[in-house]
Amino acid sequence: MVRFENVGLRYGMGPETLQDLTFQIEPQSFQFLTGPSGAGKTSLLRLMMMALAPTRGFISIFGRETSTLSKDEVSAFRRRIGVVFQDFRLLDHLTTYENIALPLLVQGREESAYRAEVMELLQWVGLGEHVHSYPAVMSGGEKQRAAIARALIVQPALLLADEPTGNVDPALARRLLRLFVELRKSGTSIVIATHDLGLMDQFDSARRLVLADSHLHIYE
Amino acid sequence: MQAGSIISLILAYMFPPRRLIPPESIAGRALITVIAIMTFLAALTAGSAVLIYNTAQEWKSLISRELTIQVKPALGRDLEKDTQRAAAIARKHPGIASAHPISAAESARMLEPWLGPGLDLKELPVPRIIIVRQSDKQSTGLAALRAKLAKAVPNAVLDNHGLWVERLTSMARALFLAALAILGLVLVSMTLAVSFATRGAMAGNREIIDVLHFVGAEDRYIAREFQRHFLILGLQGGITGGIAAVIAFALLGRLLSGWLEGPGSDQAASLFGTFALGWAGYLAIGIIALAMAFLTAAASRMAVARRLSGLL
Repeated sequence: MVRFENVGLRYGMGPETLQDLTFQIEPQSFQFLTGPSGAGKTSLLRLMMMALAPTRGFISIFGRETSTLSKDEVSAFRRRIGVVFQDFRLLDHLTTYENIALPLLVQGREESAYRAEVMELLQWVGLGEHVHSYPAVMSGGEKQRAAIARALIVQPALLLADEPTGNVDPALARRLLRLFVELRKSGTSIVIATHDLGLMDQFDSARRLVLADSHLHIYE
Repeated sequence: MQAGSIISLILAYMFPPRRLIPPESIAGRALITVIAIMTFLAALTAGSAVLIYNTAQEWKSLISRELTIQVKPALGRDLEKDTQRAAAIARKHPGIASAHPISAAESARMLEPWLGPGLDLKELPVPRIIIVRQSDKQSTGLAALRAKLAKAVPNAVLDNHGLWVERLTSMARALFLAALAILGLVLVSMTLAVSFATRGAMAGNREIIDVLHFVGAEDRYIAREFQRHFLILGLQGGITGGIAAVIAFALLGRLLSGWLEGPGSDQAASLFGTFALGWAGYLAIGIIALAMAFLTAAASRMAVARRLSGLL
């Protein structure tokens, strides 16, 4: 599903942030991406979501080399990737419902076709009371759940989540983790970037990708 | 209810609002205000250019249609009879609509400001003037008329104001070109002001562009949504500014008509025209308002394209 070969990334004229990354993400797999702050976890996620181009090396996503994709193909691929941003990136002028439905709206789908689906997901992430709330009046945890729901609404083939449990209490973190595990069973590959050792320990059968000194170490 | 609100309601009916871009924002309102002001100024300039052109054409047409026969006093000739004869010859001549001799009393009144009241023209060798108006429909053979007058009234001189017409034509052309040059400058400054204001308003929407991009919206979809949004803002500003300009011209027209009701109204009306914009003026204002809206939409599309080109 995702294949990196000797990938390096450098910002400007600085040193290489990521060096010689070679790994694969298989369909229906679950992995934690971890490492100290500044190790390049977010950069690696941005490479996987095609928001950055590598300085060197080869990246293939869904069987296609990313450097050969047209803009429209990148857009089409992004519709198969759900992303949970560390800073949520919810649109302040949209309600929770509208934020979650956004990926479906930009695909040109009619609201009547997805309304029930969005409402069900809202209930599932515990935001049933916040259908018409705007992000400005929601807590960090509520925003995080809305951001997760927005990533899940398209039933993505690949889910990339940057610290998705960073702003929620342990109980909700466990619930969200169960959601990700269920999602994997339905065919989605999951990559969760986190510092939270407790969270990783709850699902210790998951593969661990550890970034340190610009290199990636894989623990199966 | 304010005119701007009515325009917003009509536009909201024509273009149902979508939620992707915030319908109301401080930057959006500021942009509408900038567009309205720039449209108003450009429409005033364009309308003024049209008025100058119309008035100049009116001057030229009035003077070029008017002839004067001057009947000079001559020894052994009856000035009054010569005047009537010359007027009769002119009236019968093809292409002449009317010939109106200025009476001695009218001449005295016209000369009064210079020569003082109680003037008796019989004591002075003052020529008599006949105002002749040519018909619009039929051409006048001026040489033939001149020949007829020379034969019947040798002391009559026909003047077609050729020199005046030439000077007025040059002046009218110069005035119109000056108005066009000013309009050009206003349009250039308007384009720059609206482009920069649109870019400023777009700066607040970068986050929206980024999020739409990362949830899989195609570039043309994002560009189309922003273009539509900014076209509506441009129409709100353009129509508001255009309507304000039309109202300004109507108010100035009313003020001028009140002023023209006083003494000397005919001369003032000839000099300043009627302040009626006519279809050309309204068309110019409409084109400017629409151009403003499309310029805003194009500037927003370019800003979106620039932002998206920086994203993979």
